[in-house]
Amino acid sequence: MEKYLTINSKKVVFDSEKNLLEVIRKENIELPTFCYHPELSVQGSCRLCMVEVDRKGILSACSTPPETGMEIKTNTEQIIEMRKIIVELLLANHDRECTTCAKSESCKLQTLARRLGINELRFKNVMHKESKDVSTYSLVREPSKCVLCGDCVRFCDEIQSVGALGFVGRGSKSVVCPSFGKVLASSECVYCGQCARVCPTGAIVPKSEVNYVWKALSDPKKKVIIAIAPAVRAAIGEVFGLAGENGTEVAGKVVTALRTMGFAKIFDVSFTADMTIVEEANEFIDRLSKDDDIPMFTSCCPAWVKFVEQYYPDFLQNLSTCRSPQGMYGSIARRIMPEMLEIPKEDLIVVSVMPCTAKKYEARRPELAKDGIIDIDYVLTTQELAMMIEEAGFHFAKLESSAFDMPFGFKTGGGVIFGNSGGVTEAVLRNVVNTKSDGINESEQFNFVRGEDGIREAKIDLGNRELKIAIVYGLKNARNVLRDIKANKSRYDFVEVMACPGGCIGGAGQPIYTDLSVRKTRTKVLYENDRAMELHKPQDNPYVQKIYKDYLGKPGCRQAHEYLHTGYRYKKRFNQTFEIYKSEKENNVKVNVCFGNSCIQKGSKEILKHIVDFAESGKYNVDIEVSICLEKCSKGPVVKVADQIIEHCTLQAAEKAIREELKKW
Amino acid sequence: MVSNYNKFEAVCRILKENNFDESKLIPIFQAVQEVYKYLSEEVLTFIASSLNISPAKVYGVATFFAHFTLKPKGKNIIKVCDGTACHVKKSANLIDAIKKKLDLKENESSTKDMLFTIEIVACLGACGLAPVLVMNEEVHGQMTSDKVIGLIDEVLKQEGGK
Repeated sequence: MEKYLTINSKKVVFDSEKNLLEVIRKENIELPTFCYHPELSVQGSCRLCMVEVDRKGILSACSTPPETGMEIKTNTEQIIEMRKIIVELLLANHDRECTTCAKSESCKLQTLARRLGINELRFKNVMHKESKDVSTYSLVREPSKCVLCGDCVRFCDEIQSVGALGFVGRGSKSVVCPSFGKVLASSECVYCGQCARVCPTGAIVPKSEVNYVWKALSDPKKKVIIAIAPAVRAAIGEVFGLAGENGTEVAGKVVTALRTMGFAKIFDVSFTADMTIVEEANEFIDRLSKDDDIPMFTSCCPAWVKFVEQYYPDFLQNLSTCRSPQGMYGSIARRIMPEMLEIPKEDLIVVSVMPCTAKKYEARRPELAKDGIIDIDYVLTTQELAMMIEEAGFHFAKLESSAFDMPFGFKTGGGVIFGNSGGVTEAVLRNVVNTKSDGINESEQFNFVRGEDGIREAKIDLGNRELKIAIVYGLKNARNVLRDIKANKSRYDFVEVMACPGGCIGGAGQPIYTDLSVRKTRTKVLYENDRAMELHKPQDNPYVQKIYKDYLGKPGCRQAHEYLHTGYRYKKRFNQTFEIYKSEKENNVKVNVCFGNSCIQKGSKEILKHIVDFAESGKYNVDIEVSICLEKCSKGPVVKVADQIIEHCTLQAAEKAIREELKKW
Repeated sequence: MVSNYNKFEAVCRILKENNFDESKLIPIFQAVQEVYKYLSEEVLTFIASSLNISPAKVYGVATFFAHFTLKPKGKNIIKVCDGTACHVKKSANLIDAIKKKLDLKENESSTKDMLFTIEIVACLGACGLAPVLVMNEEVHGQMTSDKVIGLIDEVLKQEGGK
């Protein structure tokens, strides 16, 4: 039976829509919302989507399922007045410095105030200006601009399973902030920045480095080089009315704009993406042959890398040690560009343009610095690049297209598709699988790894072995995949993980979008770009071959390792400790017992009791503390006595170590 | 020698009794607050880690309910009612008098020696006796500034005698 309802007296058929909001929006009526987000659970707290349902009264459309025969009105006088009051109340509590706000012109609150014709506020301004949180390289939090919609909180929890942000307090005192009211840098935030993408206002925004780059450009002594990531070309056109435009064309316009701005060289990160594939494929084959540290995880997403570092120390060795394309660009540029540009090393400024906020953090990872100097000076997001183009006053759409500079301007399609979820896998397969594909275009040979789902699996026959691959986006999906690998429920050889939905094209540094179909368009741009390229296999890139020949040697060799690989380390999540026992004397032996989840299960409680009894019995000079996690979960229970870490600790081992340490005292 | 072992052991026991179940967060908080008298950052983080949820979520629940306190409380707790009836009967004067007596600044609620904590509560349900305060679980009605200072002096005398 056909299901229908009426919206503003018009009969409308509905099918599987989960709520009235979806039905109404399908009818091209844009009900305003803050807290509703198609990727997230329904919260129903902003009350902006209220509609009048005959015989039921006023209901929020987002949390009301459609029923047949419902008579809905979306624009009665009462509803219009209520909506206005809600927005006015929000504005009365809002930092309304719109002209200096990073979200100006893309802010939902600003748009809504205009749409609803709010030209004066009937309420007194009660805004408390709170200080900005600028603790991270990636994001800026401005609590006075928060409308408490909770989109950031739910994205971080439901899609990324990180939960760095939460609601704190109650009623008029509610705020959204990291745990214990601390700054973001001290939280578990992985800097994916998706909170900023879903934030309807300017309460969380990517941190801008535009001013530093302008400054560097105006310094006559400096030579500033720049490289743009694959995903940038798929999205920057949206800002200038060129959504879905051919990637080569858009990239060409970007090159022209950058050259006019005064960048000395304009490169393509797709080139180092090709290098990443060559190096990563080599590493993969090596691991497969030794059957060592399989599955291999991709490591080009810095948010995913931080995620593994802080939640899964046991899987660290599974991460590919290859630097990300940005990391490789940085180290290779530092190595060869001063000579090429005939300038002293210190006069080279290296800039990258990324679709990503986490890349800003990645660039500053100490692991990627050489002699304490970081390779990449500034990381711009796609948004920031667009802003620079606007600031320079260029009519982007009318710019002529021009070519990237060599040597890092030449790429294969394999490097370009990096920006899509599944792209890294596809490019690795193009490198690893040597079978000739009769009649199949090289760019389409492995297209079965493409798709829109957050977890995809693929199998491929290598002749002597079948490869099993997982392609994942969203860190909660990644968590589920890791859980199954840990529990031996699934086995993979290769796992690609990107933190952002759709991969880098959906990164938080990209132009703001609300319609999810935008991601499809961007994905398509990159695949089409690949198809139009001359070469598709990264190993065929003649310039990559030349860089290896002139500077590095062979993939995987010592030189290549120095410039193209990196390392990872545990990132302690909890620094809090409990003081359990303290001797009255000073200068005591410090004992630390791990009470992380797995250590508790493996008997840390018994150990703690034993050593407390031991310390008390002899009134020994011992201080005993409990740590929430010493991050050696697979080797628990873990006890630290002075500087010595005892894995798989027993009652006897702990006591023995303490006795020995006491003797030294 | 200082041993906090029993308290910590109690937290472990409470978590286990609640099956490390995220949905039992509130009963866990209540029981842990009985032991520690307040919910410290360490305790909340430990609960988050043990229940496998993010500290932000745990912190959010703990700050939502007025019943949970995240700061250590003094030995003697004075709850002053500022409900409608007490407010009309000038409970504000009582609060001022107590704060002055205890040398508490505007946003302070506990004395430095942790002997006293003042809490302002919405209604104690004894409006007929307004203004009302509860000192260490004992209800005192029709309070005046002088009377409350007398009560505090009494406690101070006892504490001093120990």
